[in-house]
Amino acid sequence: MIIPRVPVQHRRLLPEPRLSGPTPWVIAILMMLTLLAAGAGVGLARAAEAIGEAIAGRVTVQIVTPGPAARAEQAAELERSAAREPYVRAARQVGQDELLATLGQWLGSAGGDDPVLRSLPLPALVDIDLAAGDRARQLAQLKALVDEIAPGARVIPHAEWLGPVARLIRSLAWIAGGLVLMMILASGAVVVMTARAALGTHYATIEMLHLIGATDRQIARLFQRRIAIDTAYGIALGTAVAAALLLLVGWQWSRVTAGLAATASLGTGGWALLLALPLLAIALAALTARQTLLAALKKIL
Amino acid sequence: MTGAATQRAGGAMVEFDNVGLRYGPDGEILSDISFNLQPGSFYFLTGASGAGKTSLLRMLYLAQRPSRGIVRLFGEDLGSMPRHRLPGFRRRIGVVFQDFRLIPHLSARDNIALPLRIAGVSEEDLAGPVGEMLSWIGLDARAEARPATLSGGEQQRVAIARAVIARPQLLVADEPTGNVDPEMAMRLLGLFEALNRLGTTVVVATHDVHLISRIDNAQMMRLEKGRLSDPTGALRYPPNRS
Repeated sequence: MIIPRVPVQHRRLLPEPRLSGPTPWVIAILMMLTLLAAGAGVGLARAAEAIGEAIAGRVTVQIVTPGPAARAEQAAELERSAAREPYVRAARQVGQDELLATLGQWLGSAGGDDPVLRSLPLPALVDIDLAAGDRARQLAQLKALVDEIAPGARVIPHAEWLGPVARLIRSLAWIAGGLVLMMILASGAVVVMTARAALGTHYATIEMLHLIGATDRQIARLFQRRIAIDTAYGIALGTAVAAALLLLVGWQWSRVTAGLAATASLGTGGWALLLALPLLAIALAALTARQTLLAALKKIL
Repeated sequence: MTGAATQRAGGAMVEFDNVGLRYGPDGEILSDISFNLQPGSFYFLTGASGAGKTSLLRMLYLAQRPSRGIVRLFGEDLGSMPRHRLPGFRRRIGVVFQDFRLIPHLSARDNIALPLRIAGVSEEDLAGPVGEMLSWIGLDARAEARPATLSGGEQQRVAIARAVIARPQLLVADEPTGNVDPEMAMRLLGLFEALNRLGTTVVVATHDVHLISRIDNAQMMRLEKGRLSDPTGALRYPPNRS
């Protein structure tokens, strides 16, 4: 049992009121940081996964043939031909209006109807999603097809320029995971120190209990209960603060709809993990306290 | 143990055979201690301060293992006894400390009830014996008092009540009258004698020779510089009782 049942009369053997020491507060801070790091880690991992999926088979063909009509014709032909290939899942010509709207965001004309913008010699773009399979072979086949239809066109695999970003995000997710692990270890160390300090403080009582026939388990249960309750208070407090911060950040994040930021979210699994962490922490604290106490008590005859 | 010793030890509650005790690398605090304690007997352990009385008693109430030799308690060798069996043996031994060692935040009633609670006796079942014990030591009216508010004699009586409430087979008392006035010392001794009549083996460490003369049939063991000078307990202090 995580918090062992101890008769009321036995609980009085340890006189200190709850939350009297620093343990619950230290645990609260560590738990809050653990949950924030876990939240960041889950969000980043999901973002990296989303980016990875998006870029894994996506290729953009940039046709720069002189003459808008020739470019449009080559783009249409490439879209039709590519769509017939077995290694292509989907092919879509990027419309001129869509291209102008995208550029407009950068050049200051949101509607894309700026005359200067329209005067730019824009390339024709075809987005191609490759089917699952040997990516290098598929790319070679596509390049051959492109060379045939639109000589001089550039084939740009998205993985080439978004890959480093995805790797960076994945690394950050791993770092967050490492921080979670380190904070769990730090929390365990706090519990160990608390258990040892409690034994030192109550040594006279423990010695007396031993001499009147108390078993190690009986004595350990007393302390285990106290430490588990104290850490549970700390964990609850840290969880509440972390939940508030995560909800606040989540709310602000939900208003970010552009670019990579839009791919980051916790998802059901992420929230489930964050909810499970405090419960696991309580169980871990109780187990750590029990093992520490039993090991220490064994050294006393 | 020698053959003669074995024969002598027949039915003994406690047997010490050539026991030595040392703390750390220094010389032995106790050397070559051999004696037997018979069930239902009353023993005084005397000796000057620093002679090793408390160390000997610590081995008796299982707070200390010997460095060498054999300590046999209730027929079992303490040296080979696994640690998890010690609590069961300790519940058969009551201990009275010179400094009482009452748990300061518990009432007199709760201090007395402690051994029964540890033994798993229900609150319903322990209320009667604890009440009787409080009456026996004359502290019914002060049952809820904390040790700090009790006099030295009252604390000592609570400590004795705690030591005997679980009806131990062996009662060990370390200088139980050291912190009380002579009148209270006599009353406490009367409590020990009453327990002894009920069949409890009593070992009292003291350097008060007047106390020793007050108990009929008591045997005396004397420690001098870590050695027992009267290992058989045959030398009884002259019974010049007043």
